Amino acid sequence: MAVVATTPAQVETLPPRGSLLWQFVRTQPLGLIGLLIIVLYVAFALGAVWIAPFDPEAVDFGAMLAPPGGEHLFGTDQYGRDVFSRIVYGARTALAVGILSSLFGCTLGALMGAASGYFGGRIDTAIQRVVDIMLSFPLIVLAMVVVAVLGKKNLAGIDVNLITAIALPIIPKMARVARSSTLSIVTMPFIDAARAAGFSHTRIILRHITPNIVAPYLIMATAFIAQAILLEASLSFLGLGVTEPTPAWGLMLSGTSADFYQTAPWMILFPGAAITLAVFAFNLFGDSLRDWLDPKLKS
Amino acid sequence: MRSVSTLIGVAALALAAGTAAAETPKRGGTLNFAVVAEPPNYDCHASQTFALLHPVSPMYSYLVKYDSSQDGKIVGDLAKSWTISPDGLTYTFKLHEGVKFHDGSPLTSADVKASFERIANPPEGVVSLRKSTMQDVAAIEAPDAATVVFRLKGVNASMLDNFASPFHCIYSAAKIKEEPKFPERNILGSGAFQFVEYVRGSHLSAKRFDGYFRKDLPYLDGYKAFFVKSNAVVPGMLGGQFDAEFRGRTPSERDQLLKAPGNERWVLHEGPWATVNIVIFNVTKKPFDDPRVRKALSLAIDRWGGNEALSKITFVKATGGFLRPGYAYALPESELVKLPGYFRDIEKSRAEARQLLKEAGQENLSIKLHNRTVGEPYTPLGVFLIDQWKRIGVTVEHSQVETAPYFGNLVEGKFDVALYPVTVPADEVTAQHQSYLTNAKSPISYSRHEDKRLDELWDEQSRTLDPDKRKALVHEFERHLITQNYSLSVNWWQRIIVHHKKVKGWHFSPSHFQGQDLIGVWLDQ
Repeated sequence: MAVVATTPAQVETLPPRGSLLWQFVRTQPLGLIGLLIIVLYVAFALGAVWIAPFDPEAVDFGAMLAPPGGEHLFGTDQYGRDVFSRIVYGARTALAVGILSSLFGCTLGALMGAASGYFGGRIDTAIQRVVDIMLSFPLIVLAMVVVAVLGKKNLAGIDVNLITAIALPIIPKMARVARSSTLSIVTMPFIDAARAAGFSHTRIILRHITPNIVAPYLIMATAFIAQAILLEASLSFLGLGVTEPTPAWGLMLSGTSADFYQTAPWMILFPGAAITLAVFAFNLFGDSLRDWLDPKLKS
Repeated sequence: MRSVSTLIGVAALALAAGTAAAETPKRGGTLNFAVVAEPPNYDCHASQTFALLHPVSPMYSYLVKYDSSQDGKIVGDLAKSWTISPDGLTYTFKLHEGVKFHDGSPLTSADVKASFERIANPPEGVVSLRKSTMQDVAAIEAPDAATVVFRLKGVNASMLDNFASPFHCIYSAAKIKEEPKFPERNILGSGAFQFVEYVRGSHLSAKRFDGYFRKDLPYLDGYKAFFVKSNAVVPGMLGGQFDAEFRGRTPSERDQLLKAPGNERWVLHEGPWATVNIVIFNVTKKPFDDPRVRKALSLAIDRWGGNEALSKITFVKATGGFLRPGYAYALPESELVKLPGYFRDIEKSRAEARQLLKEAGQENLSIKLHNRTVGEPYTPLGVFLIDQWKRIGVTVEHSQVETAPYFGNLVEGKFDVALYPVTVPADEVTAQHQSYLTNAKSPISYSRHEDKRLDELWDEQSRTLDPDKRKALVHEFERHLITQNYSLSVNWWQRIIVHHKKVKGWHFSPSHFQGQDLIGVWLDQ
């Protein structure tokens, strides 16, 4: 049940969490499917040590290019590495990079967009010109340029430059949406009241504006995870992402895998399916989340 | 009877004439070929990569060179003839006359002298990776425009091979005097082809030099070297974008081409390759200064079993020391299996490796493997080594970088452990072993050890003309290097070349550094 704010202290509130989930499950069956697939991937990522039957990097020359079946559910690659184990561990790379990139890009984009919409005038113009420039680059080109310039930088096993490269194209898109949402509420009485009460701009943006763009933020962030996973796979495929022998879905499709697609098609079929399913799941979940949270549709 | 034999003779002559006519080189056309890495710059003297040789060397001339059409025999290029004094200390070369650089200026003995002096004693800021091969040169003289004389300090059994290196491009003396680094960014050669353009990330093209000193050569109008990733070569060849790639393909790529529709258009060459994959330890960095750590990392590698398996997925095959198995001076297998790293019982070797790491206090050793982004065979080798070291508890971070920073880091010592290919234009022990000397003696030796024994053995064998004595010295060098583990020999390459059948006049050799001047290449179209 939504409560419209009447004072600066009041914000839109949502019902308790337990009923939220049930509401979502009940009203968004397709979203539930997406959510279940995501949960499966998260389980893979967190429980890889227990789920994967083999070390994903272990070379076994006695089992090179083995077809699916027996102890190798999805077969093996040219090094005899278990494809299923590499897909399970690959979920870590995909989700870590996908989620972190999306969160980083959406958060920065939301702040930029909120500031742009809140201040207006020259600040708005300047920020939007920067956004225009960033939007003029194709997604993958921008990411490639950043990776090529910054190189690799490992922090706790994660390439932070790769995350930056993938987050960069997301920032302007989120900024546009956040600006639009901000413009719709910046003229509302509670914002005027907050200004009149002497609250700082930072406080107003963080405490009163951004909570009201949480819904579009969540929707976009979820949708961008799918894009980020695809972008990470593309960069790894091009040799700009993670390197061998790290299990990563895009990397499994690249390099010498192309040499063996006729004799061992499972080497590219299963990683390709993993990417497709992940992107599909996040898109499905994101669409359902949008349908569920969009007040116009709800009313 | 006489008339029949006459008829047969005439028929045979006609057949021979007909055959010869079919193989008469045709003039014209542009040779398109792929190169799977780009040159860091244009300077031959500072290079050690096919990424420079394949696109750039056809534009330069050499004093002498290896002729791949004659099994790597050393023949004259700029040198019309040469003599070696009875004491082996004076090499006198007579040069062709009328040779011009591509800007029209004459090439004389002064240019040859200046080029080799640059190799032997590079000026400040100039990199000369093979200066150790000129260490025995006491003086270079140019008594007249067509004569160059090299006076040696001592007899050197490999001196002619040293002169024949395909990286010993002859530069303009005037240009390198004016700017010693001129060749890094400029190509002014006297070769059969002259520079047209270089588009980084795309291609380098050259056209026939009409002022080339060998009349009626080259046959081609020009060539275009396309810079592509390794996995784009086969699609590019199948699609007709290029007709050859002269470094080498994997067994599966060979099979893809030979099994694809239209496979009758391809010609296959396959044979041993004078290139070895080695692991280099930077012994100036801990813990690689500890011989126990180096030995442990060598013991962990299953060379015999691993190389046999790797030969199915990439172009490596033979297991050997630091000289190509089959070469007259190489350590035979019967000797190798007695040395650490070559024992047949790999589990016993690995147990010893773990023990050594424990003794050295490196049970949780974590290292960074410096490698190239060139796909083959570097990535499979990297994957293999990481797996082998993991089996003794070593964690490895795989760092693959582009060709320019890869070599830059090696030259500057900015690495811990590197996977590296030692390639020579021909089986020649002095050239092959210079990669394992002290760095002060040989800049191409990147492990930076201070072991003078290797330098001494190398010097001694290079002065020994008796083959048996020389062999004994070479074997002592090999054993010392294998037991000290400054570098580890992992495996030897197997060269597989597939090119379009219209490409004629190119000759296969055990080295992808040989035969790339394209002078005799023609297109049968």
